[in-house]
Amino acid sequence: MRAYLTLVRRELGTFFVSMTGYAIIASVLLLLGFSFTDMLAKLNDDPHGAQAPMTELFYSTFYFWLILLLTAPVITMRSFAFEKWSGTYETLMTTPVSDWQVVLAKFTGTLLFYILAWLPLFGCIAVVRYFTLEPTILDPWTTASTFFGIVLFGCLYISMGCFASALTRSQIIAAMNSFVIGLGLFLLSLRRLVPAPPADWAAKVFSYISLSEHMEDFARGFVDTRHVVFYVSLTVFFLFLTLKVVESRRWK
Amino acid sequence: MSNGWIIEVENLTKRYAGNTAVEGITFSVQRGEIVGFLGPNGAGKSTTMRILACFLPATSGTARIAGYDVFTQADAVRRRIGYMPENNPLHLDMRVREYLKFRARLKGLGIGRSRGRAEVVMEQCGLTDVSRRIIGHLSKGYRQRVGLADALVHEPELIILDEPTIGLDPHQIRSVRQLIKDLARDHTVLISTHILSEVEMTCNRVLIMHRGKILAADTTQNLQNIMSDGGQVIAEIAAPVAELRACWEQMGEIEYFDIAPSEGEYHRCALTPRSGLDLRPLVFEQARMRGWALRELSRAHHSLEDIFVHITRPDREEETR
Repeated sequence: MRAYLTLVRRELGTFFVSMTGYAIIASVLLLLGFSFTDMLAKLNDDPHGAQAPMTELFYSTFYFWLILLLTAPVITMRSFAFEKWSGTYETLMTTPVSDWQVVLAKFTGTLLFYILAWLPLFGCIAVVRYFTLEPTILDPWTTASTFFGIVLFGCLYISMGCFASALTRSQIIAAMNSFVIGLGLFLLSLRRLVPAPPADWAAKVFSYISLSEHMEDFARGFVDTRHVVFYVSLTVFFLFLTLKVVESRRWK
Repeated sequence: MSNGWIIEVENLTKRYAGNTAVEGITFSVQRGEIVGFLGPNGAGKSTTMRILACFLPATSGTARIAGYDVFTQADAVRRRIGYMPENNPLHLDMRVREYLKFRARLKGLGIGRSRGRAEVVMEQCGLTDVSRRIIGHLSKGYRQRVGLADALVHEPELIILDEPTIGLDPHQIRSVRQLIKDLARDHTVLISTHILSEVEMTCNRVLIMHRGKILAADTTQNLQNIMSDGGQVIAEIAAPVAELRACWEQMGEIEYFDIAPSEGEYHRCALTPRSGLDLRPLVFEQARMRGWALRELSRAHHSLEDIFVHITRPDREEETR
């Protein structure tokens, strides 16, 4: 536990000792700002369309997905790949720390940074709330469930990123791999791109794995256990794969 | 653990896809020794050390550190060794004290103890002045000390250093060697190197590795004795060649000799005795009697370099196959 916490702190710390962390937060803020203005524009066009919770408008912007898809590969790429490249992986793995502690600590540290990068979202929401003076538009529960959805989404994408990073010594390759896996999963949820499923069961499957549908529910304030199970189980699966990759040096 | 052996390696073999890095080596190291792992690049030194440090598993054979198996009891082993890998990888973005505390915590020390130990090892390795500097800004010599301090921070019983002086300038090499010698007072040290003089200067026992096998394992002194070709003596004497030849031929104790001209009147004579006899007093006596000027009289000293070349030379390899 002690080693785990030390590693989490170190993992989180790496983002702030160099420019990378600040640069990532800055670009997330920029995209979030675009997303925000986009949303405000939509509200201006149709002031009466604000029946739906405003968070729903948020998730439907292009920038929102761009942030979700881009941040995870960028923040996870260095987790294992950089340590392997610089050789510190060897010093890390010869300390009395178990493999799963290392995997979990890298995951947790990166996830915390991800959450930190998303916190400005609350600022945007607070601004809207302050100026609309309409408490029903943005109730705390909807906001919380939207954020919860974003965090779950982050868990999945970060675990995929850790897996991609554990596979290689090159950060670039890690980032590209994790981006491709993540994008692939996301594209499945775009109905317009995927041909209409031939069978009824197939439609159900597509709907089950549709990330945009999940986000829609979360943005409306529904926390569906099916979605939670979907994200948590896939996260656990990818972390398990990462652990196996880390252990694999013992099989060679 | 009770028998005083800290490293026991038996028939250790490591195969990578297609090639064998380490081939059935067996050796052991006693507590308190400084053992040098000597061999050309690619001899299997690093692989052996990585196995001992529980980073890589062996293909077959066993290795025990302080009685614990490196594969099945890796955790216990890792607590007892301080390992510095080749090229000394460090987190270059951390400060020295911060890094050492971080490493101490990873190695299972509590907060207070980590802080205390970090101070102690910084003092020991001469890092106190740079404790607040970022590691990436330090010179290579200092970084090497940080690596050593890291290896020491959890008070391990055994310290494994893979090429600790590689890439340092002569001054830095000297100070790092001194540091290693100091460490040997209360630790067992296993260092690998391909620099022969290093082993000669720091270690009391040598394991010579070549192509994945251990070719010789002995104290530096014994290896030198084996090599000294029956006590050859070198003498530099100012005398005509003919007189020298006559004199040596006349001496029954000399098996054969070789005379080479040196500066001025001096000639360099290499004299090999018939038995293990020490020729030096006899040569001196002759020079005194004949009134020759004698400016050097020494026994040929074989460096580890000679031993190494002798052991790893190609015709010997044919024999061992």
